[in-house]
Amino acid sequence: MRLWFPSGVLAIWGLLAVSVWVLPLTPNLIHLAHILAPPGPGAWLGYDDLGRDIGERLLVGAHTSFLVAACVVSLSALLGTVVGTVSAYRGGWWDRVIVQVIDIFLAFPGILLAIALAGLLGPGIDNVVIALAVVGWVGYARLSRAQVLSLKHREHVMAAESLGSGRVRIMIRHLLPLMAAPLIIEATFGVAAVVIAEAGLSFLGLGVQPPGASWGAMIRDGTRYMLVAPHLVLAPGAAICAVVLSVNLLGDRLRDRLDKRLIIAARQ
Amino acid sequence: MFSYLAQRLAGAVLVVFGVISIVFLLIHLIPGDPVEIMLGEAASSTDREALRVALGLDQPVMLQFTHYLHGLLQFDLGTSLQSRRPVTDLLQERLPATLLLASVTLAVTLTLALPLGMLAAVRRGSAWDGGAMAFSMLGVSIPNFWLGPLLILVFSLWLGWFPVSGREGAGSVVLPAVTLGTGLAAVLSRMVRSSMLEVLGEDYIRTARAKGLPPQRVILHHGLRNALLPVITLLGLQLGALLAGAVITETVFSWPGIGLLTIEAIQSRDYPVVQACVLLISVGYVLVNLLTDIAYAWADPRIRLGGGG
Repeated sequence: MRLWFPSGVLAIWGLLAVSVWVLPLTPNLIHLAHILAPPGPGAWLGYDDLGRDIGERLLVGAHTSFLVAACVVSLSALLGTVVGTVSAYRGGWWDRVIVQVIDIFLAFPGILLAIALAGLLGPGIDNVVIALAVVGWVGYARLSRAQVLSLKHREHVMAAESLGSGRVRIMIRHLLPLMAAPLIIEATFGVAAVVIAEAGLSFLGLGVQPPGASWGAMIRDGTRYMLVAPHLVLAPGAAICAVVLSVNLLGDRLRDRLDKRLIIAARQ
Repeated sequence: MFSYLAQRLAGAVLVVFGVISIVFLLIHLIPGDPVEIMLGEAASSTDREALRVALGLDQPVMLQFTHYLHGLLQFDLGTSLQSRRPVTDLLQERLPATLLLASVTLAVTLTLALPLGMLAAVRRGSAWDGGAMAFSMLGVSIPNFWLGPLLILVFSLWLGWFPVSGREGAGSVVLPAVTLGTGLAAVLSRMVRSSMLEVLGEDYIRTARAKGLPPQRVILHHGLRNALLPVITLLGLQLGALLAGAVITETVFSWPGIGLLTIEAIQSRDYPVVQACVLLISVGYVLVNLLTDIAYAWADPRIRLGGGG
């Protein structure tokens, strides 16, 4: 698959997300005359059940999903990598406890724990970020732990240790750069997972609260009017699909390239 | 085999204990006073105190935890705040619907994933392969809560083949199962393809071909049977995704299972029921994975003899 399609979609996603700050949007303005109106001149995606411009709400939804994805992925990648790296490098009882904690978190399937957490913390986008980060760090912790376990007995780490480098310096300068590739791949697929999870939580009514806009909430509101106005559901769903598909395609591509580089590096 | 079993069992018991602790702590992690959130600010202080006592929240946390564990051992999951009925009764009512949905979904997943993955592997590089992998990519990227409404739109509203929602008659399970199954089949068909490709490169496949066996027999008997082992492991892991995904899919279709119960309980702030649902789904997931591991070890001696790896 050529790369221009996924990178194009993601660039547009990012641009739209940022443009919400500068464009003069009125996503909550109600046009009573246009309730459930199909796409046409004036509003290229039509109006929703309250007579709000779906195109503008789609932009705000892009903003929401982009911000949530950025926050959740960076938070959980940072937390998970630190925990996993320190745990594997130090070893001992600390490591055994962390492994057990990781196993317990992995026992909650999918976003079930996030649904329960977001539900109990109460609706709101900040609680969605917290819930998804609480669930998300585990993957990065497991990955970085496995990486450090295989890396920490390499010669260059031993050399640094015998030269008297501190633990923190070894972890940051000598271990982290070698773990970067798999972590970047994991984070890329993480973006797709978070976009779906945020939309899913908002679909369940646990995310963005009205009048805020999220793609998931737009789908939920639209399902009630599907027979008369299917465009309410089609537009936000297509947006989610386009973003997630692009991230997945890019992730696949990245994995192939970085893996190949790892294989070549291992041969030399 | 016995030491492997004991080791896996001990691990599972530890994990289940951890899961119980987290589920128990959920209610204590809520910022602020859970009683106030449940009753709202207008409640009188007598009502609050009554609920606090009813939930056992007036006691020390450790004592509450031992009470909780004690109840669990007797299958007592508390009483629903909403309907005032034992939570176990509610779960028993809803479990059959979820199990039905899960088994039909599994059937849909396998009927989609096995032929697709095999076809893609056997005709590697052909249009079939490209098509199967495009389906897989799309299937991973379509969220359940969009595919569900789309299927309702086409098959219920336009064509009128299936009911829109609820559980009426045999046809009502089809759309939820297809919704859930598509995503799972997308992941599984990729696994079938790569596992099949690996097996098809083995020497015994060349031998089977060289001695003149018909191609179907080589692919099904010599190929598929060996390619299935990693697929079974993934299937075990996916059952968890199925159960968690059921929360959203059951909501889309108003399918009266455990997932819908979870969401209803969250919306009515019925904490004991939320806790019980999360616990049931997670423990079910741990058990399924334990069984998968044991089945795998039973089928493949290399695992149980290889230091539990």
